[in-house]
Amino acid sequence: MVDNSAFDDIPGTTVFTAQRSHQGFHLNQFCMSLMKAENRERFRADERAYLDEWPMTEAQKQAVLDRDYNAMLANGGNVYFLAKIFATDGISFQDAAASMTGMTVEEYAAMMLAGGRSPEGVRSIREGR
Amino acid sequence: MARITAGLTTSHVPAIGRAIDLAMTDTDYWAPLFAGYEWTTAWAKQTPPDVVILVYNDHASAFSLELIPTFAIGCADEFAIADEGFGRRPVPTVIGHADLACHLAQSLILDEFDMTVVNQMDVDHGLTVPLSLVYGTPAEWPVKVIPLAVNVVQYPPPTGERCFKLGRAIARAVAAYPEDLNVQVWGTGGMSHQLQGPRAGLINQEFDHAFLDDMVSNPDALRAISHLEYLRESGSEGIELVMWLIMRGALGGAVRELHRFYHVPASNTAVGHLVLEPIASDQKELS
Repeated sequence: MVDNSAFDDIPGTTVFTAQRSHQGFHLNQFCMSLMKAENRERFRADERAYLDEWPMTEAQKQAVLDRDYNAMLANGGNVYFLAKIFATDGISFQDAAASMTGMTVEEYAAMMLAGGRSPEGVRSIREGR
Repeated sequence: MARITAGLTTSHVPAIGRAIDLAMTDTDYWAPLFAGYEWTTAWAKQTPPDVVILVYNDHASAFSLELIPTFAIGCADEFAIADEGFGRRPVPTVIGHADLACHLAQSLILDEFDMTVVNQMDVDHGLTVPLSLVYGTPAEWPVKVIPLAVNVVQYPPPTGERCFKLGRAIARAVAAYPEDLNVQVWGTGGMSHQLQGPRAGLINQEFDHAFLDDMVSNPDALRAISHLEYLRESGSEGIELVMWLIMRGALGGAVRELHRFYHVPASNTAVGHLVLEPIASDQKELS
């Protein structure tokens, strides 16, 4: 059996393994459907009705309705698929990433301009480095 | 005989494409980035290859979760531009080189690299942003392109060692193609970045600079970097740097560094860019 426990030692990071891909299959396939303009229109018109066309869990649907990207990641979402949602919303990748960090859009933008988030202290929980 | 005359690496951040498409390249935010590519755009005009083998990753555009090929090679005559959720980028259709691509696919599979052959595929920013950075906004792309898509979306991507060896196999296959073609290999993606979760925004400049140095003079050190080390040091999406090793493997032994550029940030990402030339006398066979 593969051992992915080391990934849990990297703070604030979700690694999209085959298991997560299985868990999030319908969530991610829904995201992919937003690559078609007509689907984006139908989704915008009634998000709940559009989501109900997909065999997703209620937690996955609610995370999408809430635009809670960390909850989507926890329920098997992958950020490259989730990008179809924030592209549909007209939100940049940077602002969407900011929403996952607990920082404001302005704080996150300032951090990136200052060179980004330092790896110091966020490489390993166990090793404290 | 076809020959590999240069290798290039560049990040392929979608926001760079948007800056080009919206003519925002001279803003305070973007001008320093595009200044770093001026040498390359001039060089690219002087020495256009016939074909670019463009190593990139699809970002949930052509490949959904229905099928996840580790290595896929585009053998079509042309590749349409993907709509990634905000409409298609206004860039020319990408023209392939089907004959060389089919030769590569057969050669690589018989050389024990189990390529997925793709006869129809849209290409996304992973492929078109590098073309825009090097060739600007032409009516038609001045080169033919063979897309070589690597899975870096679902863990695990291929190892860096495997990627380097695929590059070696590409070099052997190109050298066995009878037509006199000038071929470049581009490795795209990276450098350090993390796009998801509370650790998003991670940039590791020390790691990136060491990686750039080793790309030039010590690629064997890069072949040994584990996936866990990429995840910890370069962020969950920085792991796509394994794609650069396909280019480096294709160039072989010693190389000459023609150009280097590094810049933070482009959106969430550290941008790294190299132009390398193989030193012909050092093309002994590598394993």
